[in-house]
Amino acid sequence: MFNHLLSLLIWLPIVGAVPVLLAGSGRPNAARWISLLMAILTFAISLFLIPQYHPDVAGMQLVESHLWIESLNVHYSLGVDGISVALILLTTFVGILVIVGAWEVIQDKPHQYMAAMLVLEGLMIGVFCATDALLFYVFFEAMLIPMFILIGIWGGPRRVYATLKFFIYTFFGSIFMLVGLIYLYLKAGTWDLHTLAALPLSLTEQSWLFFAFLIAFAVKVPMVPVHTWLPDAHVEAPTGGSVVLAAVMLKIGGYGFLRFSLPIVPDASHHFAWVVILLSLIAVVYIGYVALVQEDMKKLVAYSSVAHMGFVTLGIFIAFMLVREQGNTDAARLGMQGAMVQMISHGFVSGAMFSCIGVLYDRLHTRLIKDYGGVINVMPWFGFFYVLFAMANCGLPGTSGFVGEFMVILSSFSANPWIALFAAFTLIIGAAYTLYLVKRVLWGEITNPHVAEMKDINGREWIVLGSFAALTLLIGIWPEPLTHLMDNSVNQLVQVLAIHKV
Amino acid sequence: MELSSSILLTIALAPLVGCLLAGFFGKQIGRVGAHSVTILGLLISCGLSFYVLYQITMGGAPVYNHNVYTWFEIGKYTASVGFLIDRLTAMMMVVVTFVSLLVHVYTIGYMADDDGYQRFFSYISLFTFSMLMLVMSNNFLQLFFGWEAVGLVSYLLIGFWYKRPTAIFANLKAFIVNRVGDFGFLLGISAILYFLGTLDYATAFASAPTLVGKTLTLTQNIHWDAATVICILLFIGAMGKSAQVPLHVWLPDSMEGPTPISALIHAATMVTAGIFMVARMSPLYELSETALSVVLVIGATGALFTGLIGIVQNDIKRVVAYSTLSQLGYMTVALGVSAYSGAVYHLMTHAFFKALLFLGAGSVIIAMHHEQDMRYMGGLRKYMPITWITMWVGALALCGVPFFSGFYSKDSIIDAVHESHRWGSGYAYICVIVGAFVTATYTFRQMYMTFHGKERFKVVEHHGHHDAHGHDDHHDDHGHHEPGVLHHPPKESPWVVTLPLILLAIPSLLVGLFTVQPMLFGNWFGGAIHVDEANNVLGEVGKEFHGSLAMALHGFTQLPFFLVLAAFIITTYIYLFNPSLADKIKSALKPLWTILDRKYWVDDIYFAIFARGGVALGRMFWKGGDAAVIDGVLIDGSASLVQRIAASVRRVQSGYLYHYAFAMILGLILLLGGYWFVGH
Repeated sequence: MFNHLLSLLIWLPIVGAVPVLLAGSGRPNAARWISLLMAILTFAISLFLIPQYHPDVAGMQLVESHLWIESLNVHYSLGVDGISVALILLTTFVGILVIVGAWEVIQDKPHQYMAAMLVLEGLMIGVFCATDALLFYVFFEAMLIPMFILIGIWGGPRRVYATLKFFIYTFFGSIFMLVGLIYLYLKAGTWDLHTLAALPLSLTEQSWLFFAFLIAFAVKVPMVPVHTWLPDAHVEAPTGGSVVLAAVMLKIGGYGFLRFSLPIVPDASHHFAWVVILLSLIAVVYIGYVALVQEDMKKLVAYSSVAHMGFVTLGIFIAFMLVREQGNTDAARLGMQGAMVQMISHGFVSGAMFSCIGVLYDRLHTRLIKDYGGVINVMPWFGFFYVLFAMANCGLPGTSGFVGEFMVILSSFSANPWIALFAAFTLIIGAAYTLYLVKRVLWGEITNPHVAEMKDINGREWIVLGSFAALTLLIGIWPEPLTHLMDNSVNQLVQVLAIHKV
Repeated sequence: MELSSSILLTIALAPLVGCLLAGFFGKQIGRVGAHSVTILGLLISCGLSFYVLYQITMGGAPVYNHNVYTWFEIGKYTASVGFLIDRLTAMMMVVVTFVSLLVHVYTIGYMADDDGYQRFFSYISLFTFSMLMLVMSNNFLQLFFGWEAVGLVSYLLIGFWYKRPTAIFANLKAFIVNRVGDFGFLLGISAILYFLGTLDYATAFASAPTLVGKTLTLTQNIHWDAATVICILLFIGAMGKSAQVPLHVWLPDSMEGPTPISALIHAATMVTAGIFMVARMSPLYELSETALSVVLVIGATGALFTGLIGIVQNDIKRVVAYSTLSQLGYMTVALGVSAYSGAVYHLMTHAFFKALLFLGAGSVIIAMHHEQDMRYMGGLRKYMPITWITMWVGALALCGVPFFSGFYSKDSIIDAVHESHRWGSGYAYICVIVGAFVTATYTFRQMYMTFHGKERFKVVEHHGHHDAHGHDDHHDDHGHHEPGVLHHPPKESPWVVTLPLILLAIPSLLVGLFTVQPMLFGNWFGGAIHVDEANNVLGEVGKEFHGSLAMALHGFTQLPFFLVLAAFIITTYIYLFNPSLADKIKSALKPLWTILDRKYWVDDIYFAIFARGGVALGRMFWKGGDAAVIDGVLIDGSASLVQRIAASVRRVQSGYLYHYAFAMILGLILLLGGYWFVGH
């Protein structure tokens, strides 16, 4: 089993979607239980990664490789390092919670919804495992299909606009990556990422490739100014779609930078690091202000996601300044680790925030902030979770939201105090938009009579929010196991940054 | 005997356990259960803190500095959770747990009628845990954890009565203003990591001298001294937490919270965290004269100008709140002249007498059925003698009357400023001297308006439901009462309220007399506080010190005492003998009164610029940037461009044969023409 652990993780949920579909709309409960079983099974199997993966050994582990398309020399090759393991665990964990979260909420064709979720989960795990560039690309693109379906069928009133925008945006981005990958293949004759990393490239070549990758991943992250699909997609997506989108799919952008931009085009990445850093800081400050004035809760959290993902790209790219200009590899590792922890943490926090909005939406069928107010009076347990996740969103120490931001700010000060100054602005603006939201939704007298009829969270919602809360606190209080898991892989990446290709 | 880590963990975690039990199982364990578990937790914590203090001072225990667990370890950077217990910490632990314990007991009486009883106990125990983590920390990471965690609890407690619009405005404001401070604080910690490569106190202080001569490059031409940058950034954090000008605006509004937390958090402990932090960082601050001058000037400004506002307040709690701002200014001034032990000493005495004053004010508020306006009080002394006497003890301590604890700490600060030659000390001396007069003025005014003179309230007995009345929830229905009309005559509060008052009055009266010699002039803090010999102003002051009795007697001949006396005479005349004079003075000095009443317009300016301005900027970015430029022009614009091109191209495909034939001929001509053209 352990020889094919990664394949099992990818294909179990995808194959598991078949019986869910077969259950049909006539037996919705069977569909729900089967999909829950599949999600739990996948999670349970993914837990074997922890003993099977050796964090003290460098390089890809649990590798599998088979020739897939001979004429193009494409391999079905998989492998994981500490970063992928962390992201896979995040995916399988969120996979369960979205199934539980959708339980009785999705009444229309639940079997298809659940099946789409399972397929999506398998494809996302595939992205994190692929070590062959074309295989990565296939998973990367295939992932769009179930998400397209989720938003397009179970979405809100403007779902057609949102799905089109989402699809064209991301597809537009990834086309450039495909062109870049084809160029690399023609030059190297292989899609193997490890080989491509060692391929010598001139600065001009690297620059073209860098921007090809940047467009693809910047859309995914999303970075300013290609972020506008995200609020629309979130607003129209069903709760589960939003949770997966925020918690896992955005991470694929950050992950792409690590797997493609950094090792393959390190010199161009260094040369243009300032572009990414600048865009990241704009994300923190500019998007923070935009989030402040949102009237729709989901849009607010969507914008806050953009701002928080700014720390991921910032943490990755200041590493170049630190390694190449100052030789400070330790600070670079700190920043890179911060970016990774931020990815995982944002998975929990944004997933939880969207789940909270889902809880409210299921009761009142509106996402507008002004329709709420005084929710704490009728939903005290919900209030507890909401404040906890809001605090995590503000980066309060003791929650996971703090860890990554703290590390990135610490290391960016070593790179340049001005960068740290703008990054640290999140402390103020992040608190402002998050707590202003809390003030308008949770506190105060009840003004809308429908709010007075709202019931506190039920057991199912308790499980979802409680699980998110447990991990948010665990990582906030003791991040060492997570950083230890990724430390060797991050260290290796930082070593790669120092190698000049030209 | 060496301290054991299990004792320290118990001290920190006992309140947390109480918090979790009262918070999550409040319904199951009930009101009595909630206050029993939290008070038990605090009793354990407080008892062990006294034990630790004893061991550190008299038991010969060495300084404890060990990590509990590793938070992260990346390359050469490590962050841990751990404890540093020296005399400074031990003193803070005792102050925090002692005041917190009394506040817990007091809360039984104060919150008796409140629906959120269990929640309140849970919050204040959580606060105690956070504050202990802050003071017991041995590194910057945990310091920041405690720093933010107390901010969170403060947020929750200011907004405790979450239905009140003013309360939920105040807690948002408090959190965000504190975040402005934390912004600087976090950058300060980053700077320490950058220059010193560690987050651990001991290692950082040991290598602090290496900062000398290092600079931070801001632009090619601007290089700032490393120590100055670090110290100023850290002090910005202290400005937020300890409500120093210009980040002081949140503290008066925090009075929206229930009175017990005003005593615990917004007077005795949390707001002094900034003072504690600077004292803890004394090895760093001693490296930068510039930073200390900044500290000095900011503290002095706060000490005088916020005190002035206190004179025009009519809300009994707000007077104490402005007094707290002013006293925090005194502590900051002490830090600024390198009299760190003076600052910490004043922190301790202030914790006792200011908690006493707040809790006394709370006792008055209970008696007045949640009326806080002093214009409807007066003559309360005969109804509530214990509150009256204990509050006078607190008031005299606050004014710095000789023999009271506040005298020893405050006069030492004034003397220390007098000795100092640091840039700004002249200005600071004027501020603290005038401040002494101001302090006495608002304090006596408050005492007279509350306890003395004519009764300005009416008692209209309601007979129908007088028993049930005591258990109504009064907090939310202020507005329904006619001001100054009570349904019962005021009466002394129950023992759970008065006992803490008495237990705080004792140290407010005596602690100075017995501890000033060792703590202020006896190098009591040892290695915990570091002062350069050249800056040792307290040492200079100490040369004149001949015992605490002599110091108090000498105090009667000094300028601060005469100022207090003058304030006493003036306020006594006005408020006891000629009450109408106060209004005459008010109208005579109308412009001045307006300035103070509007709090120098600082709140209004901040609200206009930061709150409204921020929202306006956000709207501009959103509608202008995201919606108009990115979506309107780039995204939807390119979509419609494609559409328009497609539409015009579509028109070409008309389906008429002669159109296509024409196009073919045209194409042929162009092709041949081109060929011919190129060929020649």
